[in-house]
Amino acid sequence: MKQAISNEAALQILQARFGSDIFDGSEPYGMLTVYTKRERLIELLEFVKESPELQMNFLTDITAVHYPERAGAEFDVVYHCHSWPLNFRLRIKVSVSVDDPSVPTAVPVHLCANWLERECYDFFGIIFVGHPNLVRILNMDEMDYHPMRKEYTLEDPTRRDKVDLQFGR
Amino acid sequence: METTAETIPFDALQDAPTQSQEVANYINELTTLNLGPTHPATHGVFQNVLQMDGEKIVSGVSTIGYIHRAFEKIAEHRPFYQITPLTDRLNYCSSPINNMGWHMTVEKLLQIEIPRRAQYIRVIAMEMARLADHLICNTILGVDTGAYSGFLYAFQQRELIYEIYEEICGSRLTTNMGRVGGMERDLNETAIRKIRQLLVEFPAMLKEMEKLFNRNRIFMDRTIDVGPITAERAMSYGFTGPNLRAAGVDYDIRVHSPYSCYNEFEFDIPIGKSGDTYDRYMVRHEEMYQSLSIIRQALDKLPTDGYHADAPHYYLPPKEEVYRNMEALIYHFKIIMGEIDAPAGEVYHAVEGGNGELGFYLISDGGRTPYRLHFRRPCYIYYQAYTEMCKGAPLSDAIAIMSSLNVIAGELDA
Repeated sequence: MKQAISNEAALQILQARFGSDIFDGSEPYGMLTVYTKRERLIELLEFVKESPELQMNFLTDITAVHYPERAGAEFDVVYHCHSWPLNFRLRIKVSVSVDDPSVPTAVPVHLCANWLERECYDFFGIIFVGHPNLVRILNMDEMDYHPMRKEYTLEDPTRRDKVDLQFGR
Repeated sequence: METTAETIPFDALQDAPTQSQEVANYINELTTLNLGPTHPATHGVFQNVLQMDGEKIVSGVSTIGYIHRAFEKIAEHRPFYQITPLTDRLNYCSSPINNMGWHMTVEKLLQIEIPRRAQYIRVIAMEMARLADHLICNTILGVDTGAYSGFLYAFQQRELIYEIYEEICGSRLTTNMGRVGGMERDLNETAIRKIRQLLVEFPAMLKEMEKLFNRNRIFMDRTIDVGPITAERAMSYGFTGPNLRAAGVDYDIRVHSPYSCYNEFEFDIPIGKSGDTYDRYMVRHEEMYQSLSIIRQALDKLPTDGYHADAPHYYLPPKEEVYRNMEALIYHFKIIMGEIDAPAGEVYHAVEGGNGELGFYLISDGGRTPYRLHFRRPCYIYYQAYTEMCKGAPLSDAIAIMSSLNVIAGELDA
């Protein structure tokens, strides 16, 4: 099934409604990717879901990415939306800083956001404002850090027996 | 209106301030029941703390993460080819699908075109994995509703599938099948003979299962109208795969966005109507016939070009070349040591896994390992609907609902 709406047309629809709050549009490997501001995130998710031109009825995924070197925008929260009728995928990103890593919750728009957001909270410490039950999901409750952040190494850094100087693990 | 397991709102138990006195009294009389983490009927490590009104479930809280292995973190420290064994352990009932999905993600990042023969071999492997996956789900549903025969006898066919895996890749359960750039070896004579055997024996076994299950009074009573979910609710909860199709939505990535030459095969997408346990069983049952048909078509028109792409930077050279040829030795060394850098980029690739849309979201910063890898695991996303689907059902139905959802602990916890 072909993608029934071109990326350019979709980007125009989004920009007509959100103007400069949709920025940095790109198409890595064919998927339209846009950044938005967190204040308008939920409005955007609702808009693409309800819009008759886009019909993005399915939220595929929510995840986060940590870029420690990007001061003031250390985290990207990434939403993958999918329009089944048009077979069109859209990636929405919101940048937040490590000092205030909060975004509004998407649970009222898509129920599946519940555990996906809990996973983001658990691993990255992203706070989803308004989430019904924002607690850890895969890690144990007593854990006091968010392990997918880049500052936490995979293995215990105090162990000397695992140092591999030649190939740098 | 009297407060009962059916009429009480699902979230009333969490929502203390809005409770009326009557509701509070009702909640005080409920029994708390721990289902799991090591309950024999949950087929994995799942814990659900259920609030019971007699035999009926009023509400529940799922606790997951008992076999969380931090795959996403490990993947950030492993070269691309070393991540394949991690994907094995997601949905370990259909490892080849996970393997192929991962290879295709990396191939998309590297922009490698693989030959059609390799793609057909992948399709055969993936459809056999789907057969094994659905077979496990349906026969376990049988066990949980009191019919052991399927689990005992139908598993002969699963054994045959595993023997074919051995011919294709050398291992059985956690297969690590294929390579980035194709397959590690061609389909051999034994494999083809055994696949032909499978194509004869498997449908015969399915017919037998049909006779045992499909119109069986006990099985129907235990599954029809048990744990139904509407199409809207299922979509909002992120259902994909057979569980969504049982609710009547014909979304299948193999048709929607075909990968690996799936557009060259004729097959149907079976859908259900009510989204209950019986429909989920029937959808999986029909899908097994479709998978067999795809395997037959793929085997009949198997192309004759190579089984791997010409991509020396990423695909290991043949071992005898490594001993004779300087370039082969260098590539071998660089690939094994993970010294090959991938281009920077951001890829999302989804395949139709045994349970639905299995997605790989890969961000590469141009290094030897992924910068970030996220698995979109279908189980994880739809399992959150489980306690809601169990509401008002007796405890024994909760077990049947979990089996029919085919929740695999490895995929749930990653």
